[in-house]
Amino acid sequence: MSDTPYLPRQASRIDFDRLLNNVGAWALAIIWFLPLVYAIWTAFHPSAYSTDFDLTVPLTFENFVRAWDAAPFARYFFNTIVLVTLILVAQLVLCTLAAFAFARFEFPGKNILFILVLMQLLVMPDILIVENYKTMGQLGVIDTITAIGLPYMASGFGIFLLRQTFKTVPIELEEAARVEGANILQILWKVYVPLAMPVYLAYGLVSISHHWNNYLWPLIVTNSEETRPLTVGLSIFASVDQGVDWSLINAATLMTSAPLLIAFLLFQRQFVQSFMRSGIK
Amino acid sequence: MLQRRAWIYGWLLVSPALVMLFAFTHYPTIATIWNSFFSTARGRRQAVFVGLDNYERLLTDDIFWQVLWNNFIYALGTIPASIILALGMALWVNGKIRGRAFVRMAYFTPTVLPLIAVANIWIFFYTPGFGLVDSVQSLFGLPSQNWLGNPDTVLYAVMVVAIWKEAGFFMIFYLAALQAIPPSLTEAGKIEGASRWYMFRRVIFPLLMPTTLFVSINAVINSFRLIDHIFVMTNGGPNNASSLLLFYIYETAFKFWDTAYGATLTTVMLVLLCAIAIGQFYFMDRKVHYQ
Repeated sequence: MSDTPYLPRQASRIDFDRLLNNVGAWALAIIWFLPLVYAIWTAFHPSAYSTDFDLTVPLTFENFVRAWDAAPFARYFFNTIVLVTLILVAQLVLCTLAAFAFARFEFPGKNILFILVLMQLLVMPDILIVENYKTMGQLGVIDTITAIGLPYMASGFGIFLLRQTFKTVPIELEEAARVEGANILQILWKVYVPLAMPVYLAYGLVSISHHWNNYLWPLIVTNSEETRPLTVGLSIFASVDQGVDWSLINAATLMTSAPLLIAFLLFQRQFVQSFMRSGIK
Repeated sequence: MLQRRAWIYGWLLVSPALVMLFAFTHYPTIATIWNSFFSTARGRRQAVFVGLDNYERLLTDDIFWQVLWNNFIYALGTIPASIILALGMALWVNGKIRGRAFVRMAYFTPTVLPLIAVANIWIFFYTPGFGLVDSVQSLFGLPSQNWLGNPDTVLYAVMVVAIWKEAGFFMIFYLAALQAIPPSLTEAGKIEGASRWYMFRRVIFPLLMPTTLFVSINAVINSFRLIDHIFVMTNGGPNNASSLLLFYIYETAFKFWDTAYGATLTTVMLVLLCAIAIGQFYFMDRKVHYQ
């Protein structure tokens, strides 16, 4: 993905095709970037200027302060961070164990069970909200962060991804470890997990950004400030409290997306490559 | 003996994940279908077996048909558009473009932003009078329009947001596939004097078919699943003009607490999803050339 140095001598030849491609790519990029630029503009300017795009208008942080004070965003942030961590840790443990079995063990029912795992790629918990809500009621966990996380902890995608990775690990490495007297969990931990590190990173980033942004299921299972994640908190904040104060709403919008956005800007290359890697089958 | 041990280890390792999968994916799938043949339990009244009553209700439910039609339009609009845009973006970002890093970042940014949050920004864009879309329109002397308030335009307005959100995500998969194509192939084409369009149509595009299959199945799933922005932007209105199947399921089950009918609607969605995915697989698999 390294950028090839731009060679001015070649470009001096008028290349209409290239010009057209550049214009097209940039036009699309600007359109794609516009919503974010607009949000940043209004969030950093006083409300009175939210539709007045004058560069001399004074900058202000006041919108962020007002938004932060108007709703329990600190609590929402805490909830989202707990939620995302809980899901990721559970996913990593459950998927690693299952993927190891599917990659390196022979046992009756293996193929059928693997097909059942893959089924989740199509029938996602996002769709099964009615019955999962009933289950949460029976478990008595409605309005807890655990309830938001439970349906996502065993991830078919994660199992599939790690199984593919584990299958590429040379069997000789495992045999060498076995000769040295390592047991199965030690082999998994010392041989397989370290070799799959890039895939873990990729999967982790995908999982975090997915669950940070998830909305419908948390909306359904939570009904108090103590459990609501950021997305649900933001939607309540934007719909009920604020009317049409764009500056305030956009400040809150930016605030909730900021951690992911900053992480993305800092680790852009890793992010894009992680997503790429997780897509390679 | 050794084999028996491997069996036990295998089962032990998969069981935690499978228990969770059964509890929150397979069981609810079966329960959904099962409960669609029962009535909704209310108060002290138990759910009773009602046969196909819920499905009969579907047939005469005007909102259901409207929502299904909306979802059809939504899928028909968002799936091809986001895939074509994604492919274009990937080709551009993979080619020689000035400021490639910025362009790539711009395309990908919507993927990391919460849909529920960006919906707020898009509401402003669509605001009649001073919203961005109207401002651009007025430059060309076109009249002001209430994009989200008009039943004729609202669905298209929310489709644009979905395409904007998805395209950059799909681009990544195409980008990965493009970078896996050996450069010798395109060089050979150049030596042979093949035009760029010919190269794309005959060499690049066929090589991207597995990715297209993968992306399009994802796009189908998203066309049912990606509804967060509807909550903020339109709430399904006006007059259900922007309501989609999953949104209607949410309303039925969690606003009117008619869970049996919600289960029936979910069953319809599951059937549609599986049918489309299987159809896609068979239709496209014949055209996919795996390397």
